[in-house]
Amino acid sequence: MSTVQMKINGNPVEVPADYTLLAAAKMVNVNIPTLCYHPDLPAWAACGICVVKLENSPKMVRACATPVAEGMSIITHDPELHQIRKTVLELILSTHPNSCLTCGRNGSCELQRLAAEFGIREQPYEIRLKDLPKDDSTPSIVLNPEKCINCGRCAIVCQQVQGVWALEFVGRGDGTVIAPAANLTLDDSPCIKCGQCSAHCPVGAIFEKDQTRNFLNAVNDEKKHVVVQIAPAVRVAIGEGFDTDPGCVCTKKTYAALRRLGADAVFDTNFAADLTIMEEGSELVQRLTEGSGPLPQITSCCPAWTDYMEKYYYDMIPNFSTAKSPMMMQGAMTKTYYAEKANVDPKDIFSVAIMPCTAKKYEITRDDNMFASGQQDVDLVLTTRELIRLIKASGIDFKMLPDEDADSPIGEYAGAGTIFGNTGGVMEAAIRTAYALVTGEEMENYDIEAVRGMDGVRRGVVDFKGTPVKVAVAHGMGNVKELLDEVRAARDAGEEPPYHFIEVMACRGGCIAGGGQPYATTDEIRERRIAGLYADDKASEVRCSHQNPAITKIYSDFLGAPLSEKSHHLLHTTYQPRPLYKK
Amino acid sequence: MSVKNDTIKFSDELTKFIMEWKEKPGNLIMILHKVQEEFGYIPRDAADKVSEMIKVPLAKIYGVITFYHFFKLTKPGDFNIQVCMGTACYLKGGDGLIEEIESLLGIKTNEVTKDGKFSIEAVRCVGCCGLAPVLVVGEEVFGKVTKDQLPGIISKFN
Repeated sequence: MSTVQMKINGNPVEVPADYTLLAAAKMVNVNIPTLCYHPDLPAWAACGICVVKLENSPKMVRACATPVAEGMSIITHDPELHQIRKTVLELILSTHPNSCLTCGRNGSCELQRLAAEFGIREQPYEIRLKDLPKDDSTPSIVLNPEKCINCGRCAIVCQQVQGVWALEFVGRGDGTVIAPAANLTLDDSPCIKCGQCSAHCPVGAIFEKDQTRNFLNAVNDEKKHVVVQIAPAVRVAIGEGFDTDPGCVCTKKTYAALRRLGADAVFDTNFAADLTIMEEGSELVQRLTEGSGPLPQITSCCPAWTDYMEKYYYDMIPNFSTAKSPMMMQGAMTKTYYAEKANVDPKDIFSVAIMPCTAKKYEITRDDNMFASGQQDVDLVLTTRELIRLIKASGIDFKMLPDEDADSPIGEYAGAGTIFGNTGGVMEAAIRTAYALVTGEEMENYDIEAVRGMDGVRRGVVDFKGTPVKVAVAHGMGNVKELLDEVRAARDAGEEPPYHFIEVMACRGGCIAGGGQPYATTDEIRERRIAGLYADDKASEVRCSHQNPAITKIYSDFLGAPLSEKSHHLLHTTYQPRPLYKK
Repeated sequence: MSVKNDTIKFSDELTKFIMEWKEKPGNLIMILHKVQEEFGYIPRDAADKVSEMIKVPLAKIYGVITFYHFFKLTKPGDFNIQVCMGTACYLKGGDGLIEEIESLLGIKTNEVTKDGKFSIEAVRCVGCCGLAPVLVVGEEVFGKVTKDQLPGIISKFN
């Protein structure tokens, strides 16, 4: 890697030639303040707070968007720069409502933090607030343009990372708002509810739809039997809300917290992830050996991805696994199998799912298949962020909680179930089981390195005892195009499909970095959360879904066999083409 | 892909123009110009159709349409009265002309009269500052306009 020599605040440094001034400064532990910049995104240079001085030039440049150069000498901090940055903040604050105390980002807002650090005590500029309506049209997120500081992160993540193009800069100058096209609401737009906009918003302008009250009402209702499931990715991120390290596996403390919050039974979505593998794995084996459907088979557990496919690639519906997501399977099993075992009327069950994801709030009512038990299978979805708030507000000292186990009979999980939360995990879990189903033998090594990692698209071949199975993984919605266009081209040309099985997750890194996870997620944090899930897998006595005794039992007691009629009714779904714009 | 129905017809000339520009850089603005030339504004259905034809997201098209004052999202009147608000015209009383036209027609700037005949638009410099204040109706330019000439100008098109 080539480097350049430069000076930062008078100190000579050698930095990689492809660095920006911001990265170079960070390398020598100089923090330049930023607001619009986010490490996940290309620099947009909108806010101007990261300006630095160039020696021998009257010009100031934005550190986030300026590359380093040989012999460059910059000043990052001095009284003049301090004043300029303070002015930038004061100007932003003059158009931003002063409602911190009642804002969802109170305490986690990046603008609030900078205002505190710069000691802003008064607002010298005329206050000019925007008077614009909230968009709460989707079940997942709320857009509050009054709080928007036009940093552009949400639009860039929506367009360039996710490839969805629901949000755009509309208008110009100080009249610019970030909104869908044609004055439409998000619900009428191509929005897939992934919530990456809300995860990247530095302020409270885009926010998950808070439903913590619904949970409290349910546990307060004596007639309601409240059953909660937690998703794989929640366990390695929830701790961040209580100052543990990212990736710390907090499964058992989360179970304990949910009981203290009033849950009558605590289950684990990982159980249903194992169930998903049984169904989806069997479906794959049928397609491979009996040609029961087109190849490649494509995973369907991510609701944002499903929504995207129904809008952008609905010609691929036959390739989609009909298996429901683990959350929906768990919901259906809660109100049938569990209700039967526990002798509870399904009508009295209030089924809650703790998810890393805002799209899951949409999924629970996406179509009639989500009511397979005869009731709404999942009544409420809370994101990890909402659960953290609930735990704090309920006076629970999370870190001091004892470790507790999940309840039976739908709480036990294999290592395969837990890695559903990261990119490549569903694929790896499916291969472990499909291998056994096809060859009748267990794999020698359950760690399938070919599908691990953080590259946006990964391709691999797994040897099923002489039969090569071609697989591919994509994460970050924008990356899926490359794979699907390959599949489409082969299909339209009448050629062999390039893959047998494709896993897609809408968010970069998978659910561990979902739109409902704790804020400030970066690649470093993604990797630590993923490492947490692999560690949980490795530490599991049972690594494969088909070896999970609770899974064997649910089939013998209740479902019969994978892809049975009962399984089809309760655990599978259908898809339909949807217009990009409803209006 | 879109499951939307094809609800608007483009002239052969417009279609040919779009296909010609489809792959070229800078195509979107050229195409939007042509669309506005055909319809007088950019109807939503036309934006949908352009999006489909050149594979550019609708949001991006709206980003461009709303950024440039030139592009219109609503149908202007048969006679769009453009009042120049460039520096010279403004100093010579362009804003007074707008107020007077608004009161004569009973509409605000960027609105259309009920019969669809007139609309008012404030525009940037039209390039004949020597004639300030200037207004333009269709292709016709009126220079050194005074308020008392306005009823006459309007009745010319009525």
